[in-house]
Amino acid sequence: MTKKTLWMASMPAPLLIAMLLLLPGPRSLAANDQPSGTATEVKIDNFVFGPQTITVPVGATVTWTNKDDIPHTTVSTDGVFKSKVMDTDEKFSFKFTKAGTYSYFCSVHPKMTGKVVVQ
Amino acid sequence: MTDKNKDLIDQKLQDLNNDGVDRRGFLKCMAWAGTGLVWTMSGGIPSSRAFAKSHGKDAGKGGDFSFVQISDSHIGFNKPANPDVTATLQTAINKINAMPDKPDFIIHTGDLSQLSKPSEFDTLDQVLKGASAKQIYFVPGEHDMLTDNGEQYLQRYGKGTKGGGWYSFDQKGVHFLGLVNVANLKAGGMGSLGHEQLEWLEDDLKGRSASTPIVLFAHIPLWTIYPDWGWGTDDSEQALSYVKRFGSVTVLNGHIHQIMQKVEGKVSFHTAMSTAFPQPAPGTAPSAGPMKVPADQLQRVLGITDVNYLVSGRSLAVVDSPLDLGTSPSGNGGGSGGR
Repeated sequence: MTKKTLWMASMPAPLLIAMLLLLPGPRSLAANDQPSGTATEVKIDNFVFGPQTITVPVGATVTWTNKDDIPHTTVSTDGVFKSKVMDTDEKFSFKFTKAGTYSYFCSVHPKMTGKVVVQ
Repeated sequence: MTDKNKDLIDQKLQDLNNDGVDRRGFLKCMAWAGTGLVWTMSGGIPSSRAFAKSHGKDAGKGGDFSFVQISDSHIGFNKPANPDVTATLQTAINKINAMPDKPDFIIHTGDLSQLSKPSEFDTLDQVLKGASAKQIYFVPGEHDMLTDNGEQYLQRYGKGTKGGGWYSFDQKGVHFLGLVNVANLKAGGMGSLGHEQLEWLEDDLKGRSASTPIVLFAHIPLWTIYPDWGWGTDDSEQALSYVKRFGSVTVLNGHIHQIMQKVEGKVSFHTAMSTAFPQPAPGTAPSAGPMKVPADQLQRVLGITDVNYLVSGRSLAVVDSPLDLGTSPSGNGGGSGGR
């Protein structure tokens, strides 16, 4: 399809493997934001928080992204966190520094609920 | 309209609420009548007749009046379901201005804006300024309270109202109550009126004659249409208990972007179409998000609601009109409607 693909496909396999091995490890990790386990994504899609319950370690940052055509919010039922209104593709992040179970909902569409379990 | 398109519309508009109102038949009747269909509520029993006839005959009698309900203009929305919601609101206003009998006022049942932005409210004001009816009554939708618990809404549209924006007024013997059920919503719940407003409502209705026609209007339906999507109001039962003794009660709502009707005793419930975009019938889609229809069919699922009060029968007749009835073969996509 692209020139690059063709170029790589035409290379001898050992050379390709050598090139891949040369890719700098730490930097590619950084490109993925953070090591797995401390960052968690929740997608808001079709008026649902997904996953509805997530379990993360203490210190993790959870990021919500609104994939709907309709604005949503993420509001802790106990007042621990409260996002601004998120329009399409907008995000909200919160860092959980204490263990516990945090229930939250969308204050615009309160039928939408979710939980963050911090261990 | 091609048979295929017609089927598509029929499919989208079919009644899935099992409440005895088949909107597919309703729309077909409207197309047949050419201008619409009147639902006359008399002693709790709805009867229908051609709109044009009754409208001409009864109009102008002493004490009779009419108003128009518009809803869910969502100014600021620009997604594929309708990239130009300002234009469709303008079409709705043009349609109102072209009515042979000028409505006394307009009621907007909320979601004026998409994101509660000042610029969105400004645009709305600009369009509404062009309405021939100068008096417009508002109630907020959840989209109008997104940023500041509704403070901006109250400043702009809620001057002189009580609490979170509720109020009542009288028009030629009919008592109107504008209610707010989009504030302080609780996790897992639906719309909510709250204790303070319910107390005010009970108090407001106390001492009024049972023969006074009552009109309740609020954004989210005051009857439970589909709890899974939050299409109802948790404490509406209590509100409705206060109006039970009245002989004629009409409840007008928005929020669900489609027509739904129900009659329960002397209370008739009605939801209006949006002027911005349609939403799916309950349970027919993964969520209640905006429904995309072919561009040339959009104006057939957007519309306005005309309400006529006839003094003779102390009854209110509710007539829904799409922005475009779809009578022209080309679909009249950007036109000013089917009139």
